[in-house]
Amino acid sequence: MNNQDTVRNKVVSLSLLFIGICMMVWAVFLDFTNSAVSFRGPMLIVGVIVIMIGAYLYPTLKNHRKIVNVLFLFPLLFTFGVTVIIPLVLGVFYSLTNWDGIRFTEIIGFGNYAIMFKEPSFVWSIFITVLFVIFNMVLVNVVGFALALLCTSNLKGIGFFRAAYFLPNLIGGIVLGYIWQFIFNNVLTQVIFKFFGSQASILAKTNTAFIGIIVVYIWQYAGYIMLIYITGLTQVPKDVLEASQIDGANKIATLFKIKIPMIASTITICTFLTLTSAFKQFDVNMALTNGVGSVANFMGDYLTNGTQMLALNIYNTAISKNSYALGQAKAVLFFIILACVSLLQVSISSKKEVEM
Amino acid sequence: MKKKTMISIVITIIAIILAVYILFPFYLVFMNSFKTANGIVANPIAITGSRFSQWLTNLSNVINNSNFNFWYAFGTSMVITCVSLFLLALFGSMAAWVICRNKTKWSKAIYMIFIASMIIPFQVVMLPLISTFRDVGKFIGISMLQSVPGIVFAYCGFGGAMTVFILTGFIKNIPYELEEAANIDGCSPEGIFFRIIFPLLKPVITTVTILNGIWIWNDYLLPSLMLGQNGKVKTLPVAVQAFVGSYVKQWDLILTAALLNIIPMIIIFLFAQKQIMHGMVEGAIK
Repeated sequence: MNNQDTVRNKVVSLSLLFIGICMMVWAVFLDFTNSAVSFRGPMLIVGVIVIMIGAYLYPTLKNHRKIVNVLFLFPLLFTFGVTVIIPLVLGVFYSLTNWDGIRFTEIIGFGNYAIMFKEPSFVWSIFITVLFVIFNMVLVNVVGFALALLCTSNLKGIGFFRAAYFLPNLIGGIVLGYIWQFIFNNVLTQVIFKFFGSQASILAKTNTAFIGIIVVYIWQYAGYIMLIYITGLTQVPKDVLEASQIDGANKIATLFKIKIPMIASTITICTFLTLTSAFKQFDVNMALTNGVGSVANFMGDYLTNGTQMLALNIYNTAISKNSYALGQAKAVLFFIILACVSLLQVSISSKKEVEM
Repeated sequence: MKKKTMISIVITIIAIILAVYILFPFYLVFMNSFKTANGIVANPIAITGSRFSQWLTNLSNVINNSNFNFWYAFGTSMVITCVSLFLLALFGSMAAWVICRNKTKWSKAIYMIFIASMIIPFQVVMLPLISTFRDVGKFIGISMLQSVPGIVFAYCGFGGAMTVFILTGFIKNIPYELEEAANIDGCSPEGIFFRIIFPLLKPVITTVTILNGIWIWNDYLLPSLMLGQNGKVKTLPVAVQAFVGSYVKQWDLILTAALLNIIPMIIIFLFAQKQIMHGMVEGAIK
């Protein structure tokens, strides 16, 4: 690069930087003066882009790598900051105020947290969410593992079975929920009617509706967990299995004494995966029962949200009942529980790695 | 020998029964979309009562329904998914490359923040997110809520952490000598990335795209909050939810709508079965 070029590039780059900054300043100025000019938004964005191009063209050998690094990181960090970090910080703060979704007038400390634990419907939501998580963690893992064993045996058409078992996982929770609502309300009732003579849908009663949600969830999720177990099982070394066969171990002994201990880390992954995803369950819950279900007497109250999990409770508190600050406080609690679970997972898996 | 064949027959039968159970809901959706509303209520299981002409009627009823606005919702979902996936792959690999190859405490800190943020559930940020987006939209004079660019922006933010996480794991294993050689040959850093690293990322970008794609295509909560239940712009899941809300118990329409929602996913799955199943496992294990 000769000297003349460098000078020219420098001029171009600096003028681009200058133009970009001017555009941004002007756009921000228009904003603060409440101007109705419609092009201030695009101008701000164009200003940022012009600045980036200017910085990119700046002729420096030493710092060029640094400039490229910053430019490469900027888009993702910017979107990440605006969508995750800022709302998270604001969210924790809002949970301590009387925020109504738009503005707040006073800071009330932990008042929202005190209120939510006095609300029987919320305590009930925590209760059934924990119940749901425990049931699912066990059942999804057992079913998924059984399917994985089935799919690693010498079965004909194994590819088809794997794909078939996995298929429900691709369908969104809302659509799934409605399909199963149809099955429970229209198909199953007819079958039950033929055999037992009663025509009640299982979604009508809280207990059975709860079982219904579990069934749908297993149906959706077991295939995914199966895939992870298959990967784990195929990584068990062949020679170990052969050695056990020579030693005269039967199939069941091989399964419990060799395969399961060998895939302990896979089991940890799957356990926590089902735990967190069951805990966050929202779509199916909303589409299948929308949280409806009567509970006769819980903490001295009659409840109508018998099948409402935590995530749905948060949503309804904020959106349907318009208590944004209270909903946000519940969400912060939700986050704290999940964070604790994740930390537990990290500590367990790092311990295992040390042992190996 | 005989005992072994017996066992394998039993296993096959079990596998078939399970497959029938798992696929049965798909059969019901498909079969009942060929029936009238009364036909469905009368007998939801049997094939009887299903006619091809009725299927076409149901399809046109759903597609031409002004509440549902199928093609518009389908197009919106398609645009949001495709643009988000493209931007996530591009920005994600750019950021991952910098984080991986630039070993300063800054890049380490950024990486740790990304990893830590993966445990943040959507519920804790969703309410302030809406107000933040409303304020940002007011500030720049472009609506961030009820608009496609706003949603794409949000998906870039939410998908970023996982994308960077998977990509850095892959880039770490690309030999650094490749970049050194290119550097000695006079290649600029951005040239190294776009000409050498980016093409090598193809398999892992497929994985990331599949994981993000299934999530974004099926996501309900984020678009429903940002677009509103009765807003003008709708993604497919939001449209289905609104549609079902206004046609309670009209199962002929609801199931046909469900079918239309499922079909694109199944077609993609048939073509990219291996990659999808592989990608889902990879995403979980990492």
